[in-house]
Amino acid sequence: MKLVIINYGAGNIKSIQFAFKRLGVDAVLSNNPEEILAADKIIFPGVGEASTAMAMLKETGLDTLIPKLTQPVLGICLGMQLLCEYTEEGNTKGLGVFKTQVKRFDNDVKVPHMGWNVIKDLKSELFKGIKENEYMYLVHSYYAEHCAETIATTDYSINYASALQHNNFYGVQFHPEKSSFAGEKILENFLKL
Amino acid sequence: MLTKRIIPCLDIKNGRTVKGVNFVDLRDAGDPVELAKQYANVGADELVFLDISATLEARATTLDMVIRVAEQVNIPFTVGGGISSIEHVDALLKCGADKVSINSSAVKRPDLVNELANKFGSQCVVVAIDAKQIDGNWKVHLAGGSIPTDMDLFEWAKEVEQRGAGEILFTSMDHDGTKNGFANEALAKLSESLNIPIIASGGAGNVLHFVDTFKEGKADAALAASVFHFGEIPIPDLKKELKEHHIEIRL
Repeated sequence: MKLVIINYGAGNIKSIQFAFKRLGVDAVLSNNPEEILAADKIIFPGVGEASTAMAMLKETGLDTLIPKLTQPVLGICLGMQLLCEYTEEGNTKGLGVFKTQVKRFDNDVKVPHMGWNVIKDLKSELFKGIKENEYMYLVHSYYAEHCAETIATTDYSINYASALQHNNFYGVQFHPEKSSFAGEKILENFLKL
Repeated sequence: MLTKRIIPCLDIKNGRTVKGVNFVDLRDAGDPVELAKQYANVGADELVFLDISATLEARATTLDMVIRVAEQVNIPFTVGGGISSIEHVDALLKCGADKVSINSSAVKRPDLVNELANKFGSQCVVVAIDAKQIDGNWKVHLAGGSIPTDMDLFEWAKEVEQRGAGEILFTSMDHDGTKNGFANEALAKLSESLNIPIIASGGAGNVLHFVDTFKEGKADAALAASVFHFGEIPIPDLKKELKEHHIEIRL
């Protein structure tokens, strides 16, 4: 199993690497196209601001490489949002894998949405063994709108897509690497896809 | 629904936990990693490590501790204490910390909040504020509460929110260590005037204090140290009782 975490300078990727290590898998951090293409499984992480992150992807040409990947890809947090068509954050065009838009939470709730909330309406192998209304840790100010590719939802101000799937592409808004044992189970499921 | 968070705080000196800890099943109660794992296993929602080391050499050991915590603990954690530069924050985040907490350094140079939020994102910038009432007004204090300032708690909190803080950790010096409950009136005022999460700190003595700070104080999270470390309030019992009081909590 060759697992690559795409390293394009966005955010806390050590935590993801450590989480896989707890599962017994050594993940490689890389921004090298050949290494990414040769991987069995790919993690597309992201913490930070969308337009800055997208600029970093463009610098390395990863913006054209990522949508063409054929292995299982898991976008986490901003990684998931960048896989969508468009995000209001920094008025940024996304990679267009998931046919949905990313919007900012209204100010009727505290922003960022920070802490533990439940995921429900689960429908994917990614959530095998995960019960409905399981708690996950989230930190985000923008959310993906529902679409045909929604595989989990969460309520905060509105009901939004907290996970998406399009063919080999998976995206989760929450941080499985920080979501206790249930989160680790999801990462383990991803490795088995 | 988004749940209220329970956050044990660990004081760290030279890479070791300082306050006495009375915890069952620990091989080494002074090892922050052992303690952190234990807390994660019993249902703590997050952890805060407060580095009270006096020297730079001692702080270097904290980076090593942060790596070991990130390797072994599967819940988010914040590191605070003596952080005043972008480089220091960069190093802590690269070691695997999820958030950093800044306090006096933000008062001395408020632009630090903007710089950290711009570079790393608001989600990892916690501004800790220590305050106590002087003639009926909440005044911000520095250096662990020892140095009073003229700054008003509520104005300063609003300012750091506007500068990009993602969260506020408010410790009432009047309540800290008393075990008489949290500063709920001030907390509610903060929570209502700001649109970022507020962590209540200082005064936890029993389970009802947590109920009150979530209900009356409108806090998003509650932080405590000794009641958890000495096993006075086991976290599973606390969370069960909060649930019985109809407070959203992760069980």
